[in-house]
Amino acid sequence: MAQPPLLIPRPEGLYCPAGDFFIDPTRPVPRALITHGHSDHARPGHSAVMATRETLDIMAIRYGEDFTTARQPYTDPIRIGDVTVSFHPAGHVLGSAQIAVEGQGQRIVVSGDYARVPTPTCAPFEPVPCDIFVTEATFALPVFRHPPPQVEIARLLASVEANPDRAHLIGAYALGKAQRVIAAIRAAGWDAPIFIHGALQRLCDYHVAQGIDLGDLRPATDGRKSDFAKAIVIAPPSAFATTWAQRFPDPVLAFASGWMQVRARARQRGVELPLIISDHIDWPNLTATITELNPAEVWITHGREDALLRWCELTQRAARPLHLVGYEDEAE
Amino acid sequence: MSLSTFATLLERLAFTPQRLAKERLLAASFAQIPDPDRGLTLAALTGDLKLRQVTPSLLRGLTETRADAQLFRYSYDFVGDLAETIALIWPEGTRSDPPLSEVIHELSTTPRTRLPALIATRLDSLGPSERYAYLKLATGALRVGVSARLARSAFASWANLALPQVEEIWHALTPPYLDLFAWAAGTAPRPEAAARAPFRPVMLSTPTDLDQLSALDPAAYAAEWKWDGIRVQAVSDAGTRRLYSRTGEDISPAFPDIIDLMTFDGTLDGELLIRRGDQIASFGDLQQRLNRKTVTPALLRSHPAGLRLYDVLIWNGQDLRDQPYDARRATLAQAVATLDPRIDLSPNLPFTTWDDLAALRAAPPADVIEGVMIKRRDSPYLAGRIRGPWFKWKRDPHLIDAVLMYAQRGHGKRSGYYSDFTFGVWNGDDLVPVGKAYFGFTDEELRELDRFVRTNTVERFGTVRSVARTRVVEVAFEGLNRSTRHKSGVAMRFPRINRIRLDKPAAEADHLSTLQAMLPKDD
Repeated sequence: MAQPPLLIPRPEGLYCPAGDFFIDPTRPVPRALITHGHSDHARPGHSAVMATRETLDIMAIRYGEDFTTARQPYTDPIRIGDVTVSFHPAGHVLGSAQIAVEGQGQRIVVSGDYARVPTPTCAPFEPVPCDIFVTEATFALPVFRHPPPQVEIARLLASVEANPDRAHLIGAYALGKAQRVIAAIRAAGWDAPIFIHGALQRLCDYHVAQGIDLGDLRPATDGRKSDFAKAIVIAPPSAFATTWAQRFPDPVLAFASGWMQVRARARQRGVELPLIISDHIDWPNLTATITELNPAEVWITHGREDALLRWCELTQRAARPLHLVGYEDEAE
Repeated sequence: MSLSTFATLLERLAFTPQRLAKERLLAASFAQIPDPDRGLTLAALTGDLKLRQVTPSLLRGLTETRADAQLFRYSYDFVGDLAETIALIWPEGTRSDPPLSEVIHELSTTPRTRLPALIATRLDSLGPSERYAYLKLATGALRVGVSARLARSAFASWANLALPQVEEIWHALTPPYLDLFAWAAGTAPRPEAAARAPFRPVMLSTPTDLDQLSALDPAAYAAEWKWDGIRVQAVSDAGTRRLYSRTGEDISPAFPDIIDLMTFDGTLDGELLIRRGDQIASFGDLQQRLNRKTVTPALLRSHPAGLRLYDVLIWNGQDLRDQPYDARRATLAQAVATLDPRIDLSPNLPFTTWDDLAALRAAPPADVIEGVMIKRRDSPYLAGRIRGPWFKWKRDPHLIDAVLMYAQRGHGKRSGYYSDFTFGVWNGDDLVPVGKAYFGFTDEELRELDRFVRTNTVERFGTVRSVARTRVVEVAFEGLNRSTRHKSGVAMRFPRINRIRLDKPAAEADHLSTLQAMLPKDD
């Protein structure tokens, strides 16, 4: 009798029968391996969780210490049931990892979300040779060619110089993107204080505690309106629509996201300064990564799977969509 | 002015949400950019650069020589704008920055057969932002968040001129508008319309209802039927006769029968209708005559056009637009008496209270009446849609409850959302599609519908998603015609999603027989 596959898609998420665990399950399960701390991948309520130490810390910050009954930080390759599991940096956010599952003479790498643009906020993506590569397809269309982040930061700083009476509000998600943007602004030589929304405080503090230099960060709550002229303020995008944004002088609304490459997306959000800064892989890097790893099969979790399937077809690679539900299709 | 400067202007306009800020940005550009580039820029924004040879299919064909056709289609579906998709998907090459006037000149003079090669060569040597600007120029539809009117308004306020003064001569001007900019600078007189029979800006109305009307004195207003044809301006000027749509498009070639009847000297405002004897035909009949360059004798016989007049702007050389409505109508009534009966007067409706008018509106004498118009008796004829003097009080739309069946991503400002919906009604145990709608919903409702589509897709056909047949929407529409093209046999006019019926199970949606009962009886 043929052995069951190493990993199979189930309604709860990707399941490994030989190790009896799920990877990034979207519903509570007995045993979960988590690639990274974003809320569509790392959910509370599992009985036991294995992840990198940083991801476990981040889950505790977001959900409280009781987010799971038992937690185990990953350190070295480990045997679970009949398989060997190892974690490898994904370059997405702090603590993010690809999970390699090896058994029955086969290795599958579940990349989670990943990026190959270097950032001081997390370890760079590590290519892991494998038979089956499980990839996201968030930006898997040939129109997505993200410019280097320093080009986008230069546009931001030019706008700050050109509008000295206005504050610049940058929408950026609290985990990963906000810190990636702050670090890129610092790398461009901007050493003035950067103001942050309260929702970013604990995660920024955590990055600093892990030795990531974000420079002089201050809460965006103190001060008169005029104090924020020529200031850079980082906030979760949801804050733009609230009265919170009214405390800043004639703010220029910016948004840091890979989606900003599409003008209509920026205009729908009322964004004046779209910054194409992403923590997901863009099309040239995605196709280059698959070419580099050259796996026997590509499995696609979420995003624009039609387009990536087509590319695999054109390059004569075996590929299949997993149709996993529950992952954010177009968030970033 | 280089193409990259133009591209930067387009980008800044697109990402400046406030109208006033856009006008300021344009004013600064008119001050800085030299002739003829500023005139070309203005023409690009008003849609008056006639480079229409570059069709979407030409650009699609060209792109498919550089990118896989299927990946291109997926990308266009996602981005929702053809020029932007091509600008983003085109392979990177060397970078150059040609002058704006040079690319416009070559696009307008290159023979059609050599256009694809020319465009490909240009795209190969531009950056993404310039590729976008170039393709927007080439296709003529900028859609960068600046309307033609806003561009003209920005020009007028920069030049310290009244907007109507600019609009009146606009149709007779040609890019790059050297005479216009000279007038603005005070170095030349106003360029009087060189062409005879000029179009005058049309006066438009704003919607109202009984609540708003009750605050107004009915004695100060006149009322007319709102006819369901198309609003036109008939101009006869020293032997030159033209029929314009309300946006100033010359539609004379499609309506020689009307032109023949224009035995007057003046400018009249009215509704273009298809009329057979006393009978006014449906809008569907009028559509047969629209968008044609020429018209056959058979169609002239089967679909004879007529004019029903609302107003007079100019009569026998005298400009009446400053006169009050009542005075213009008196002139109009005398004028009509001298014309062929196929040009007649839209009658004033007798009413003393708004309730009287409500009763008339509720029971119009013909199917082709879509409500009433209410006009202040002392109002001059003003350009544009000014709130106050003229109101439209439209007939309530027809409503049905239909089931969502298919969805596609929208384009333009709805790009990225599943916003193009096909809906159906019951025919026995089956749902039969009866129409498509892509507006009518609020932003909040759109997000709800988008979420529904994403989580309830049961099948995909390329870019079309078939959804679970569980969501009922209330569809509003203005009228219904028989159709041989649609399987259901009916075609809706102006259908839109009125609201989402979360309270209604799909089984209780309407049946096709309900729609069939609404079809006009006369054909």
